Amino acid sequence: MQRVYLDNNATTIVDPKVKEAMEPFFLRMYGNPNSLHSFGTEIHQPMRVAFDRLYDGINARDDDDIIINGCATEGNNTVLKGIYFDLIREGKRTQIITTQVEHPSAANTARFLEGLGVEIVYLPVNKEGIVDRDILKQHIDPDKTALVSIMWANNETGLIMPIKELAEVAKENGALFHTDAVQAIGKIPVDVQSAPIDFLTMSAHKFHGPKGVGALFIGKCVNLPPLLHGGEQMGNKRAGTVNVPGMIGMGLAMELAVSNLDFEIKEVRRLRDKLEDAILDIKDTIVVGRRDIRTPNTILASFKGIEGEAFIWDLNKQGIAASTGSACASESLMANPTFVAMCISDELAHTGIRFSLSRFTTEEEIDYTINAIKDTVNRLRAISSSY
Amino acid sequence: MGKNNLIGGALWEEYSDKVSERMDNPKHRGKITEEEAKELGCDLIIADWGAESCGDAVRLYWAVDPETDIIKLARFKSFGCGTAIASSDVMSELCMGKTVDEAVKITNIDVEHALRDEPDKPSIPPQKMHCSVMAYDVIKKAASIYKGVDMSSFEEDDIVCECARVTLRTIKDVIRINDLKTVEEITNYTKAGAFCKSCIKPGGHEKRKYYLVDILKEVRDEMEKENVKEKAEATDFKSMTVVKRLKLIEDVLDKDIRPMLAGDGGNLEVVDIKEDGEFTDLYIRYMGACMGCPSASTGTLYAIQEYLSQKVDNSIRVKPV
Repeated sequence: MQRVYLDNNATTIVDPKVKEAMEPFFLRMYGNPNSLHSFGTEIHQPMRVAFDRLYDGINARDDDDIIINGCATEGNNTVLKGIYFDLIREGKRTQIITTQVEHPSAANTARFLEGLGVEIVYLPVNKEGIVDRDILKQHIDPDKTALVSIMWANNETGLIMPIKELAEVAKENGALFHTDAVQAIGKIPVDVQSAPIDFLTMSAHKFHGPKGVGALFIGKCVNLPPLLHGGEQMGNKRAGTVNVPGMIGMGLAMELAVSNLDFEIKEVRRLRDKLEDAILDIKDTIVVGRRDIRTPNTILASFKGIEGEAFIWDLNKQGIAASTGSACASESLMANPTFVAMCISDELAHTGIRFSLSRFTTEEEIDYTINAIKDTVNRLRAISSSY
Repeated sequence: MGKNNLIGGALWEEYSDKVSERMDNPKHRGKITEEEAKELGCDLIIADWGAESCGDAVRLYWAVDPETDIIKLARFKSFGCGTAIASSDVMSELCMGKTVDEAVKITNIDVEHALRDEPDKPSIPPQKMHCSVMAYDVIKKAASIYKGVDMSSFEEDDIVCECARVTLRTIKDVIRINDLKTVEEITNYTKAGAFCKSCIKPGGHEKRKYYLVDILKEVRDEMEKENVKEKAEATDFKSMTVVKRLKLIEDVLDKDIRPMLAGDGGNLEVVDIKEDGEFTDLYIRYMGACMGCPSASTGTLYAIQEYLSQKVDNSIRVKPV
């Protein structure tokens, strides 16, 4: 059976070039970079290359830090909890502003801090699903707000937040600014100098790198205590022996992601639009968010009368991987908070299907998927009590 | 917790083959038309339950013979996940050939059991149990339409947990009888709250009339009040309730006797308490080093007897078993 992977916002295939670049670091160059002998020191040059690629990829300055860590969840935890330990617990500033559409790695960390007594503001989105500068301006407090944490692009909808404007509002009010750029890297240009960004998180496996490695950008002159205490790795900012193969892989994955941005914006988008047009040709379907303010690979669609889990069940039977935010498909049965915040319709929370492409998606796969979607819609609408 | 939980994403792996087959090819899907019902000499009943905005909606069609009340044909349509579709399909099948009164007795538990591949292995993961409840509710709706009565007339008691079908009465009783203090204990005793978890506290998947946290608090408060009242009323050992007598004895055991036994690596537990004329016989079982200790039937036993006579009541006789 043909298999089509359209769940690239969840994770991606490792680029074969990335896998190849990682290979020497398992059997040959397996030393600990903190060791003084040659097994350790021979790792330094490839690490430098990886750092260069990461710094160049997001246009970081030489005196900024990019901390290699385990995942974006770790990055988001490091920032939010670090701000708590460093600023909030000291009583200097007491409030964190985030949004109602953040990924659980930021949202649940904020909720944990709320339990410790921190004031957290969860910003709503506007009619287009965007957190705009006016919304932030209404809620930010020049005396209280310690940190503003807003994702660059949303994982469910692909909607891109106006990071430059938001970071400027934070700066004007004396707050630090953090962005979770997991869904932006490799899909749209990400430049830390384009806006006053203090912290930025990313995860290698979302841009064709390996799982289990991520990075946290910390701007120069910003202090952030480590989340993991221990050895002196990463300049004392993140203890634990660095995942060398992972880091090498992430470095190359970043370089490839950036060099493929043009392809992403033109070719991936063309295929995405083709799939999206075909979905919209089916009666009673909607796609969330304007195309021009979305990442080029993402479609969040709703098919009236078809519950999301049933939909992806049928697609899976045909070898197609997509995802649903439907409450019925989550282990907790809770509706996806992004869908609730978007409040486009109550039904969306139960019908939303996300298709996310990558630069490895082919035209033939999209054609196959379009046919499979049509068959699925026909079968499930025939059973549906509400269509 | 355990390996499965650590891996995650097990939802579909926990579906039985029957759930999977019925999802892929439901046998009783679709509607029954007026004409079809007429040909069978039946009345057509159409019942709706749930709403798309709630995530589950099912429509049940029945062709019922008005002479015998027998459901000759049943079909369904569903807006729902795999479990909801499979449950509705089995539910339609279970209805057929039954009278309306018999059909009303079908519960979500029957539906879930009918979907099992093996008798002892659940057909769906716990959080999906509530999907089978839909299938059950819509039967009651159809029956109420057929009989022209209110749906509530089919419900004998207030149900707190729809998934496990546990009543308010049962939950209150189990808290009292077993002196339960946490919601987890209620779930362990009754299975209420073990499935979709909506009934545990507000804010879950579904809004409920009763929540376990509230029931627990209410019953515990009642018990506390009664306890105070009872203590105030009863001062004579022999007129106290068994529970209270045991409590007094256990208090002395914990405070004075068990620490003494523990010093030698031993312990005891109370097995029973019985009236024998003017005596109160307390049956105990020795544990640990006390078992087989020669003094357990002589010196130690007399010491325990003495403590209890003095501190609780002189009618007590201690008998090892």
